Amino acid sequence: MTEDKTQSAKKMDVRYVANLARLNLTDGEVVEFQSQLDHIVEHFNQLRSLNVDGVEPMAHATPIQNVFREDVVRPGLDRDVILNNAPEQSSGLVMVPTIVE
Amino acid sequence: MTTYRVTIGLEVHVQLKTKSKMFCSCSTDFGASPNTHVCPVCMGYPGSLPVMNREAIRWTVISGLMLGCDINPYSKFDRKNYFYPDMPKNYQITQCDKPLCLGGGVDIEVAGQAMRIGITRIHQEEDVAKNMHYATWSGIDYNRAGVPLMEIVSEPDMESADEAIAYLQTLRQILLYAEVSDCNMEEGNMRCDVNVSIRPEGQTAFGIKVEIKNMNSFKGIYNALNYEIERQQEAVRAGEKIIQETRRWDVDKGQTFSMRTKEDAHDYRYFPEPDLMPVALPASLVAEWAATLPLLPAQRREKFVSEFGLPEYDAQVLAADKAVGDYFETAARVSRNPKAVSNWVMTDVLRTLTEKAIPIAAFKIAPAALAELVDLTDSKVINSNTARDVFAIMLAEGGRAKEIVTARGLAQVSDAGAIEAIVAQTIAENPKSVEDFRNGKAAAMKFLVGQVMKLSKGKANPQMAGTLLEKKLSN
Amino acid sequence: MLNTLTIHEVLERLNRGECRSEDVVNSVLDAIRRTDGRVHGYLTLNEADALEQARAADRARGQGAKGRLLGVPIAVKDVLNVKGQPCTCGSKILKGYISPYDATAIARLRAEGAIFVGRTNMDEFAMGSTTENSAYGVTRNPWDLAYVPGGSSGGSAAVVAANECVAALGSDTGGSVRQPASFCGCVGLKPTYGRISRYGLTAYASSLDQIGPMTKDVRDAALLLEIMAGVDEADSTSLPQAVPDYQAALTKDLKGVTVGLPKEYFVGGLDTEVERCVQEAIEVCRKLGAKIVEVSLPHTRVAVDTYYIIAPAEASANLSRFDGVRYGYRAQGAVDPLDLYKKTRAEGFGPEVKRRIILGTYVLSSGYYDAFYLRAQKVRTLIRRDFEAAFAQCSVILSPVAPTPAYQIGEKSSDPLQMYLGDIFTVPVNLAGICGLSVPCGLACGRLPVGLHVMGPALGEETILRTGYAFEQATEWRSQRSKMAVENAG
Repeated sequence: MTEDKTQSAKKMDVRYVANLARLNLTDGEVVEFQSQLDHIVEHFNQLRSLNVDGVEPMAHATPIQNVFREDVVRPGLDRDVILNNAPEQSSGLVMVPTIVE
Repeated sequence: MTTYRVTIGLEVHVQLKTKSKMFCSCSTDFGASPNTHVCPVCMGYPGSLPVMNREAIRWTVISGLMLGCDINPYSKFDRKNYFYPDMPKNYQITQCDKPLCLGGGVDIEVAGQAMRIGITRIHQEEDVAKNMHYATWSGIDYNRAGVPLMEIVSEPDMESADEAIAYLQTLRQILLYAEVSDCNMEEGNMRCDVNVSIRPEGQTAFGIKVEIKNMNSFKGIYNALNYEIERQQEAVRAGEKIIQETRRWDVDKGQTFSMRTKEDAHDYRYFPEPDLMPVALPASLVAEWAATLPLLPAQRREKFVSEFGLPEYDAQVLAADKAVGDYFETAARVSRNPKAVSNWVMTDVLRTLTEKAIPIAAFKIAPAALAELVDLTDSKVINSNTARDVFAIMLAEGGRAKEIVTARGLAQVSDAGAIEAIVAQTIAENPKSVEDFRNGKAAAMKFLVGQVMKLSKGKANPQMAGTLLEKKLSN
Repeated sequence: MLNTLTIHEVLERLNRGECRSEDVVNSVLDAIRRTDGRVHGYLTLNEADALEQARAADRARGQGAKGRLLGVPIAVKDVLNVKGQPCTCGSKILKGYISPYDATAIARLRAEGAIFVGRTNMDEFAMGSTTENSAYGVTRNPWDLAYVPGGSSGGSAAVVAANECVAALGSDTGGSVRQPASFCGCVGLKPTYGRISRYGLTAYASSLDQIGPMTKDVRDAALLLEIMAGVDEADSTSLPQAVPDYQAALTKDLKGVTVGLPKEYFVGGLDTEVERCVQEAIEVCRKLGAKIVEVSLPHTRVAVDTYYIIAPAEASANLSRFDGVRYGYRAQGAVDPLDLYKKTRAEGFGPEVKRRIILGTYVLSSGYYDAFYLRAQKVRTLIRRDFEAAFAQCSVILSPVAPTPAYQIGEKSSDPLQMYLGDIFTVPVNLAGICGLSVPCGLACGRLPVGLHVMGPALGEETILRTGYAFEQATEWRSQRSKMAVENAG
């Protein structure tokens, strides 16, 4: 997290990032997104001009802490409901093409 | 030939024994039929949101306290992003830079050598679903998805498989003492990722580490570590480079195998979980929880020695299992003879548990009942043979030792007059043995005492019988 | 013409026995048949079910049942889970998904007797400002069908503005309730973050999202907020504070209210007609008794950048669950799960969603986190502090909702950055977690609505609703009708 690649790298590696996000892109999309995203990321450089030393990052819009639920079991969904939503199902399981481990 | 130093670090995943899942109210019961403990939250349905299980947080903190960790005054959850079919949301809710517990350690002993294995951190996270593989398809059961786990990360302080196993066994014993988990490896509620590297003796920098994932038995971990240490040494000696990779232990082949490295490097893109608020446990609450902690196994052993005067060996056996220790302690507290209680627990009680394959919770004789039996023997109301019979009766039918002894007339006869009459009868009926004794055959006395016991139906006080016989025959 | 009424007008008539809920629902359905073919505000309708519920509500009312929305039809943005209904989020990837549960906001409205008549169109996963990014066709602005209705809650804004419903729900992550309300001339409220439970709202950016009412007047917005607001044990981020009687806060004057005008907001780039409408609105407020002061929000210029780092980052994770495994669309012919993910997501997501997923993945990825995501989170703190300082000097802040009125369909869709910059006045509110209201304040060139943006501090809903109400009651803008609404006036 501490290493900063933004100084050296100019352009986003759109294909690499899309792969991290598990998205196939066509060549056309890569070209289109490359120019659009470069443009947007360049605009982000505005943030560099600000001094944020000592500023706490804001992860939440509310100051609440310690929100818990009690350890109580409640009924969930009927199996049929979740199986009916699944694109493929069999023997009570949600099916996917073979996982190679 | 160069010798190598081994460095081992362990990441242990422990399922907490909450009734409901980490972030939703579905049951955590093991062995339910597939996809019956699911809801929008643990299925990763659109719009669903996680809410922290208070008990899971408490148990992780208690584990931390038992392991000597500092409890982080500010802790938070993060999302760890990666796609896998067992991950309903394709990110795992875990803790990255602000875990619940930091530091701590476990004291172990290997081959008489005491050492401390450091703990880096303990963080809280959610378990994934279970995949089942068929010929052309894989099926997913989401019952386990979202079950609370804590991950205990050790320092790379171990240098052999023996040390790793000693660490794991001690850790498991402590967690069982804390009663935060069943630590049942067969049910998968204690699993382990092993990191191991080697470096030439004298080199300070660690070697390249290899990870063996998802180990779920002590034997497997032991064998995998020894295999991997050997493999790495051979590889280095053959001039090969160790690569940082994840390997899989194949039990049947007894070897580790490199897992297919994905084309992309891992980039988990951790960031703070926006759906969960931070955990900032007040020191007063942590203190309140700390006040409820049981003793550590080692502390309990010391206590058994100092408070009940047990030998070290007894203390070790009795404290190994918290429930057995509790049983002993309860009985010993109400008994006049704790050592005698210890003898009973270590022999008859533990043997019975093994024979019946039951936990001590299901043992029929209550600690107070055992103490009573011990005290009846101790005060010579019954003799030790009768005591075994009473034990058997209590085991089979229940009831209190005193009542059984009274109802069945099992109290030993210590009345000199009554025993004298039987002694006289014995002497009269066994002239041959009497003569043998008088002729110096010591074994004859044993026979005569046996006859007295037989005539008294086992109830005569054997010491008194012996004394009276000797007295009569020496006249 | 029952479809033209507000919620409180419908309730008055129902309570006086002047009409039945069934008549109201039929009137709404008639309007939909008349104009929705052209507007395309709805994705799905629940005609039979809605009528059945209306008849049940009429029977219940006859038996003395209360219920603050008994028999009132509400349109719901297709991003909220309603048990038994589809919830596409405007995306192909959720095709076939049926919600097994009610969002908390929906459950609370249902408990008061609301009828969920249909689901409204939206930009896919609420990403957009025009409703052009829906996988199910564009929604058109009822004032001029060649124009966008705004977005992402464009469907909800359009059906309210066309009188194709009584009121609607939207969601607002960076302006998605307020901007379409502004473009379509209706009232849109973005409550304080955490005021309404997000449970059941399909997440775009979890730390920014809020559900908001879209209504024909301010009183209706206050009523819907009152019902939906309040802590929810299913949403850890929901606020525990008690819910006030928002309608009781509505007054016809602005005595004691101090209006802040941020100097950074009234600079170049603002459409002259929008500026004129907003300046006139400020004058109205002054006449109603408000004191006007200048305030400063110095980090306004970096708000859009900050938003377009944080929102896509959160979205990149939130949208990972759409993978073709458990529900919705699944691509055919995948050989393994990895292939399944990549194909399903390539086929199931539209271009704007892909763009934001890639952008969000990028700003979180190794080597870029500190420079982009972490820095944006720090700037977010600065933006929140700007508002805290400003609200020390004023009770509400007024501004335009958007720099322009609605534009033509297709006009801006080719340049995402230019589109993003149009969010300049709305995103700071979400970043700071405060509340904002859009109230109609004029017509640009006499034909396209302009919204007045009333911002308030955290939990300042009473004050912004009061300001919006006093302004609305003092002006005629709420009686202006869109072309489609005129057709539906009956």
